[in-house]
Amino acid sequence: MLGQILKMHAGAPREMVKNQKYGTGISTGNPHPWENAGAESAEYGKVRNAWESVQISRQKERPVGGDYISHLFSDFMELHGDRYYKDDPAIIGGLAYFHGIPVTVIAQAKGKSTKENVEHNFGMPSPDGYRKALRLMKQAEKFGRPVICFVDTPGAFCGLEAEERGQGEAIARNLFELSSLETPILSVIIGEGGSGGALAMAVADEVWMLENSVYSILSPEGFASILWKDSKRADEAAEVMKLTASDLKSLRIIEKIVPEPENYTEENMGPVCEVLESAVSVFLETYCGMGPEELTRKRYQRFREM
Amino acid sequence: MKLQNMFKKTNRRNRSTFSESRPEVPEGLLRKCNKCGAAIIAEDVREGNYICPKCHGYFRVHARRRIEMIADPDTFEEWDDELVTCNPLQFRGYEEKVAALQEKTGLKEAVVTGRAEIEGQPAVIGVCDGRFLMASMGEAVGEKITRAVERATREKLPVILFACSGGARMQEGIVSLMQMAKTSAALKRHSDAGQLYISVLTDPTTGGVTASFAMLGDIILAEPNALIGFAGPRGEASERLPAVGISSGAWFY
Repeated sequence: MLGQILKMHAGAPREMVKNQKYGTGISTGNPHPWENAGAESAEYGKVRNAWESVQISRQKERPVGGDYISHLFSDFMELHGDRYYKDDPAIIGGLAYFHGIPVTVIAQAKGKSTKENVEHNFGMPSPDGYRKALRLMKQAEKFGRPVICFVDTPGAFCGLEAEERGQGEAIARNLFELSSLETPILSVIIGEGGSGGALAMAVADEVWMLENSVYSILSPEGFASILWKDSKRADEAAEVMKLTASDLKSLRIIEKIVPEPENYTEENMGPVCEVLESAVSVFLETYCGMGPEELTRKRYQRFREM
Repeated sequence: MKLQNMFKKTNRRNRSTFSESRPEVPEGLLRKCNKCGAAIIAEDVREGNYICPKCHGYFRVHARRRIEMIADPDTFEEWDDELVTCNPLQFRGYEEKVAALQEKTGLKEAVVTGRAEIEGQPAVIGVCDGRFLMASMGEAVGEKITRAVERATREKLPVILFACSGGARMQEGIVSLMQMAKTSAALKRHSDAGQLYISVLTDPTTGGVTASFAMLGDIILAEPNALIGFAGPRGEASERLPAVGISSGAWFY
C-alpha cells in the first residue's frame, strides 16, 4: 500500500495530462457516436416531462456514485473521515487513476438496497461528509490532482445532529473554498441534485448532468408545500421549477447533458461510461492545460454570470 | 305585559353604552414582541434600540432603520438601488408580488447595500429586510451583495452584512441556488485580499443564506435568541426540531 501511494504521488498529474503520458486514443475531441444518437433514436434521449425526470432520478435501480467510480477509474483507494468528528458514509472519496492519471474522485453515495441506503443515510450528507470532501479536494490541490465529483443527493441531511455540527457552515465553507481551488474540478450530477447539499460539491469548472437527473433549489414536494401549501402539487411544481437537464442547459447553468438509456441500471451503463470517459478526457486536456490564475478566473466568471 | 317582566333586570342599555365607549387603541401606538407576545408602546421600542423591555428579545428592524442606527449620520451612500429581478423562471404571479412589496416597503429588493462610516471607520454594508419576501435571496439580492463585496475588494474596505432571511427565493429556482455560490466566491476573493468580513446574524437566518454568506464571516455576531439554522422551520426536516428554534444565542464566533 505504501508503494502504491508513493507511486501515485511520484509525478505531476497535470503535467502528465499536458504531455499526454496517459496514452492515446481516448479523447478524439469528437462527440461519441452514441452521444448524438439521442436526438434521432427512439431508445435514447426520449423527451420527458419534468415530473417523469424527477421520478427516474430517484429510481433505486439507477447507478449510484460507487458504480461510476468502479467503471471509470482504476485502483480506487478510499480515504475516510473529516479529521474532526467522523467518517460520513453518505460521501465516498479517495484517490484513483483515470487512464494512468492520478485523480481525486468524490461521490455522494446512495445505496442499492434499503439496508445500504440506511448505511449511507440515503445519500444525505452530514457536515462531516462535506468536510471530508473539502479535505480531499484541498489535498488534490496540493498535489495537482484534478477532482471529479459525482453528485446524487435529495439534499443535505437536516436532522438535529447536522444542525448542531454546523451543516450551514460546512456547505458555505465548501462554496467559499471551491470557488478558488487551484486544480480542475468537474462535477457530474448523476441523479438528484438536491439544493445546497449538491452545490457544495458542484462549484466546478464544468457541471454536467445525466439526461434524467434533476438539479433544483428544493424538491418539487418542498416547493409545492412552501409556495402553494400543498405538497401533492409536486408534479406541477416540477414543471415550473425548470429542474431538468435540458432546462438547466438552456439556462446555461450546466455545460453538458450525458444521454442515458431507458430503464438505466448498472447493467446497461456501459455506453454511458464510454461517453463519460471520452468527455472526461477532453475536460482534463482542456483544464489541466490552464495555469491556476486562468483556471480560477474562468471558474469565478462562470458563477459570476449566473 | 307579564308581571314578572316588569321587574326583570336588563343591562342591555348599559352594556351597549359600555361597548360604544370602550377606548380604541390608535393604530401604530403599540407593537407586539414576537418573542414574548407583550404589547409594547412603539415609541419605547424605537427608543430602546428595538429591544423588548420585557424579555430583552430583539425586534426585526427594517433595513434603512438599521442603517440609520449603525452608520454615522449622513455617511451612508447607497449602491445599486435600482437593481431588480427579471423573473428568470417566468414564475406566474411573482412580478406582481414583487411590485406590491416595492410599493409597500419603498425598497426595490430585499437587501440595501452601500458604503458608510461607523465611528469614523469606512465599511461596505449590506442589510437584509425581512419585509421583502422574508429577505429571501434571489438574483437581485445575490447580485447586489456580490457587487458590494467586489467593490469592497477593489477599494480595500471591510464588509459587514446583516443577514435576516428565510433562505433562497423559491420563485427563482436554480438561479437562487447559484447566488449562494456567487456571493461565496466574491467573499473568497475579498478574504484573499486580506480584508475583514463581519457577518451579523439576526432573527431569522436560515436556509441558503446560512449555507452561504452568513456563515463565512471572519467574525460572526448573532442577536440573542435569533433563529439560526440550515433547515428552517418549514423545510423538510425529518425530525421534529425543538420549538424554541434550531439554534439560538448571542455568542461570538
